[in-house]
Amino acid sequence: MKDHSRLSEVFNEDEQRVNWHDETLWWIRQKRDKAANMLPEWELLRENASQIKHHTLSNLANYLEQFESKALANGITVHWAANAVEHNEIVLSILNRNGIDQIVKSKSMLTEECHLNAFLESNGVGVVDSDLGERIVQLAEEPPSHIVLPCIHKKKEEIGELFHKHLGTAHGEADPQVLTEAARQDLRSVFLTRRAALTGVNFAVAETGEIVICTNEGNADMGVHLADIHIASMGIEKIIPKRKDLGIFLRLLARSATGQPITTYSSHFKTPRLGQEMHMILVDNGRSRQLGREEFRNSLKCIRCGACMNTCPVYRRSGGHSYQYTISGPIGSILAPNLDMQKHADLPFASTLCGSCTNVCPVKIDIHNQLYQWRQVLVAAGKTTATKRWGMKIASTLFAYPALFGAAGKLGRSLMKITPYLFKNRLNPWYHQREMPAPPEQSFREWYKKQRNNKD
Amino acid sequence: MTMANSRSKILEAVKLSQPAFSEIITANIPQSKENLPAKFAGASTNVGGKFIQLNTLEELKSYIAENFKRTGIILSDIVELSDFSVLEIKEMDPHSLANVELAILRANLAVAENGTCWLPEENAIQRVLPFITQHLIVVVSNDAFVPSMHQAYEIIDQDIYGYGVFIAGPSKTADIEQSLVLGAHGPRSMTICLIQELNNKEKR
Repeated sequence: MKDHSRLSEVFNEDEQRVNWHDETLWWIRQKRDKAANMLPEWELLRENASQIKHHTLSNLANYLEQFESKALANGITVHWAANAVEHNEIVLSILNRNGIDQIVKSKSMLTEECHLNAFLESNGVGVVDSDLGERIVQLAEEPPSHIVLPCIHKKKEEIGELFHKHLGTAHGEADPQVLTEAARQDLRSVFLTRRAALTGVNFAVAETGEIVICTNEGNADMGVHLADIHIASMGIEKIIPKRKDLGIFLRLLARSATGQPITTYSSHFKTPRLGQEMHMILVDNGRSRQLGREEFRNSLKCIRCGACMNTCPVYRRSGGHSYQYTISGPIGSILAPNLDMQKHADLPFASTLCGSCTNVCPVKIDIHNQLYQWRQVLVAAGKTTATKRWGMKIASTLFAYPALFGAAGKLGRSLMKITPYLFKNRLNPWYHQREMPAPPEQSFREWYKKQRNNKD
Repeated sequence: MTMANSRSKILEAVKLSQPAFSEIITANIPQSKENLPAKFAGASTNVGGKFIQLNTLEELKSYIAENFKRTGIILSDIVELSDFSVLEIKEMDPHSLANVELAILRANLAVAENGTCWLPEENAIQRVLPFITQHLIVVVSNDAFVPSMHQAYEIIDQDIYGYGVFIAGPSKTADIEQSLVLGAHGPRSMTICLIQELNNKEKR
């Protein structure tokens, strides 16, 4: 299996495209800054949000039970799924019971995490993703590359090609206005004919048993309000204690995500529509384990705004697919190893630890610190490659013995002069994209010693 | 299948894993209450909405006549608009709303910081209506404005609703190369109309 750095190399082969990807995401990051800077209370909001999440995690079991009892009283059926398999089985059983073989779905990273679409399709259920970006990657048979902007890696010409093939738009048509209209017409007939709608959840209020779903397109509402059955899937960390806490989170979410003051729609679902059936699936899938990892539990505060991705110099120049996990970028690199340490051991190293992610996080997760901590855990557990392990061992020996360090430096400098081909070859990854620097005549230590001697 | 046990399994695991109980420590957030309709107008325009001020519902009638197709289906629960709109909406099958051209609804709450209006189920009449209509007009009175989401939630904190939605402008997407397109799946336009002489029937 290719790791993050190999896949990044592939992504970097098309330099213009990488620059375009990088600049687009940075532009979104700048819009976020503008929105945040307009509020003098921004830092206070972040602090409050972080505190509320911290409190919620410290009392999560009680809040989950409170949420369940309120939801039941609201006429909602509540299911619990310990893992992805159980989640998918629950969805399928609800659909089977009602004889439904076609559903419409709005954005839900949790169902991506559970690979629900593939599971349903292999069981004869057709799934149509209704968020435009998700629909595009679905037609392209790709996973989303960003949690908020699923097809941020795609050029409009490529989308035009997909729509020409699947939706019958004119060949070569790449105008976003025209393509969006085509998707609108196509999905409208889907909304009007599906008897079941599946959605994700942005916030679940323990006090009232209601859930809040945020979209710009209105696709979640179009699906749900026209369907007989609404299934909402949520991770157990989506709980917030009170309705009024939404004031804080809704002010932070869209500003952090895209720089909008709020999403177009913030929909509060408390009871099913008259005659409608509503199901809520509470999913653990590793979350309780992450809650128990003291150094990583803060990652459960995440509200999935994507700000850490937009700001990350590694994400921007490697693309979401290089992470090979539903949630890419810095926050995904903390969440993924919790699910499979071996498979995702590369991700905590896909960072410069510059800390920009931590600075923009609306709930103040210490993301870069957790990436650093994961590295310690992964090395101790023997999950890193032999090259990395031995490289680190050799480096730490060198740094531990000053005499050895000095000698190695001297040897390196003379070899660079005498046998430059030892360094200027394919085996040296540094040389792939750069010239080797000219070897200096003396090291800093040698120079420093000489200065001291001259003075004396 | 062990799903029946999953509830207790999950709750048990959470109890074991969760950190020691900590109280919420949140600070109060100060808000300016000045000039709210003007602030709302600015914010609403930024999210693609259109803000207009009229004196009476009679003026709204002429505004609609001048700006919207009268041939399409127009729905509203405002009795003053009954000569061109259908009022009996509540009992309709939501699918039958597929061809609605314009819906005119009332909102009792408008948030100045972000240009949103709050429509609980009773104002939306049908949950799908504010989404499925091609164009949306939301009528507000002068006392509907609050500075921010905090005040909005203070007001609706104890409200009983089955469904409610904050709406900020027309439906939109920027999923194709970050180009903003209005009219994704929901309304192509949203007009927020402040009527100066409107009696807010449900004064809070």
